[in-house]
Amino acid sequence: MSKIITKSTLPSIEKIGFAQKVKRDFSMNKSLWLMAIPVVIWYIVFHYLPMIGVVIAFKNYTPTKGIMDSSWVGMKHFKDFFGSFYAWRVIKNTLVLNLYQLIYSFPAPIILALLLNEIKNNHFKKAVQTITYIPHFISLVVICGMIVDFTASEGLINDIIAIFGGERISYLLKPEWYRTVYIASEIWRGIGWGSILYLAALMGIDTELYEATAIDGAGRWKQFINVTLPGITPTIIIMLILNIGKMMSEGADKTILLYNPSTYETADIISSFIYRRGLADANYSYSSAVGLFNSVINVILITGANSFSRKINETSLW
Amino acid sequence: MVGKKKFSHKIFDYCNGILLVILMMSTLYPFLYVIFASLSDSDLLMAHKGMLLKPIGFSVEAYKAVLANPQIYSGYRNTIFVVIFGTIVNIVMTSMGAYVLSKKTFYFRSALNTMVVITMFFSGGLIPNFLLVKGMGLYNSLWALIIPGAISTWNLMIMRTSFEVIPESLIESAKIDGASEFTVLFKIVIPLSMATIAVMTLWYGVGHWNAWFSAMIYLRKRELYPLQLILREILISNNTDSMLMGESAGEKASISATIIYATIMVATLPILLVYPFLQKYFVKGVMVGAVKG
Repeated sequence: MSKIITKSTLPSIEKIGFAQKVKRDFSMNKSLWLMAIPVVIWYIVFHYLPMIGVVIAFKNYTPTKGIMDSSWVGMKHFKDFFGSFYAWRVIKNTLVLNLYQLIYSFPAPIILALLLNEIKNNHFKKAVQTITYIPHFISLVVICGMIVDFTASEGLINDIIAIFGGERISYLLKPEWYRTVYIASEIWRGIGWGSILYLAALMGIDTELYEATAIDGAGRWKQFINVTLPGITPTIIIMLILNIGKMMSEGADKTILLYNPSTYETADIISSFIYRRGLADANYSYSSAVGLFNSVINVILITGANSFSRKINETSLW
Repeated sequence: MVGKKKFSHKIFDYCNGILLVILMMSTLYPFLYVIFASLSDSDLLMAHKGMLLKPIGFSVEAYKAVLANPQIYSGYRNTIFVVIFGTIVNIVMTSMGAYVLSKKTFYFRSALNTMVVITMFFSGGLIPNFLLVKGMGLYNSLWALIIPGAISTWNLMIMRTSFEVIPESLIESAKIDGASEFTVLFKIVIPLSMATIAVMTLWYGVGHWNAWFSAMIYLRKRELYPLQLILREILISNNTDSMLMGESAGEKASISATIIYATIMVATLPILLVYPFLQKYFVKGVMVGAVKG
């Protein structure tokens, strides 16, 4: 019998250590390494260094002392935050706004995509798409500027309401109206652009499936339930997971543009609170602690959503 | 049976169509209102209540005032600087990263991949990032709007996927002919991925054009403020004083409204003009991401 060649019988190649392997790869792929290095350095500096810098959440950071020399205070900032009136308020607002988002803003592009999918006239379809994409490209500053202007008590929206006999309300000054304005404008801005992904998924559904069900006698509605919906469900789930992953940390810029002290009680969310305390008030350590709390919850949420989704129906991000 | 189906289908189709038309109108109308209002006479506009179907008392006074404001010009200048240099940095860095990640033979490929993906889910937060940028001496510099945002991991993933599709054989034969990795990247991979690169350029470019938050936290010198930051002051902080120097108190109040609308137009017109031509590229980009990712 011929000797079976196993790893252990091969000459010294396998005994080359890690350092040797790196050296060899470097000389083989010098240009690749040259390309990789700036990118790696950038990630380390602008993503990983701040992750380490998060230690200031456990210290009393002052710019004069620097990170190393500032004194340790352990969990003090966390305790301060959770013991304060603000924690309850901003966490509640973040959760409520996100809940409303999931209920109203998340399905809207899906529904639009489903409706557009039923349109036979291609010109009309393209027209709707072209027009509904526009708000996505206009800057948030301009959009919020328009919102501020239109919702003012003498603004366009109130003019229209007054014509119908309604009462003029200065919407952005009333905490009970803030969430409505926030979510409604979000739907208005994102419905068109958001539908692209779902439309792509809808176009990817095998037409043979539709034909097969038609032969079996399925009408338009039955086809919708049995072919269309299952066809885009994986896309919906992935987008849902991604959405959950961003929930806690997004929204700072729109919030900062739309809120004011009279609406803080419903408008202030975790990320806008972090900005105000950290940068406007220069409460660096305290704000970093809140930020760290936020990031950790984020990771928990997205891993949770991902695992849950994987168990339920085998669709997941990783 | 067939007749009944057709009828209910017809009703659905009509309702669907009407719904979509309403959607289109409610998307368009706010912009139309802004256009009409910006071309209106300020007093007449103040007195008017309700929707506008055309400018009231045609006047370009508002535009004159806006274009006479030096901050609009410095805002444009700064924004154009950031759009051009920012996008160049974005594309170069993202292409290099995507190329390296697409090479299956690269030793550290999976390590690099993991390192990059982690950043999509966890970050140090606003304050550590702010302190870092400040500590690097980028405070009060337009480069603070360019370097910290050099790579979007999302875009990196999309570009990597489009690079991976390029046949190994092409690259191999180029290497046999003596091409270095850089040559391969610039002469083969990038030209073949032009569609994706075009989309990335647009996405990054529009992102820079609309950016304001980084500018707000990193810039103190007014001469450096990009357009959106100037806009924020005017539109939201309602600070139209800089434009109204020299006007009497009564005129001050009435010019404000039309100035706001004219300012919006002046800042948004470039995007609106460019949009129809580039729309298909934007859409293609999302499709690429959707199908491959």
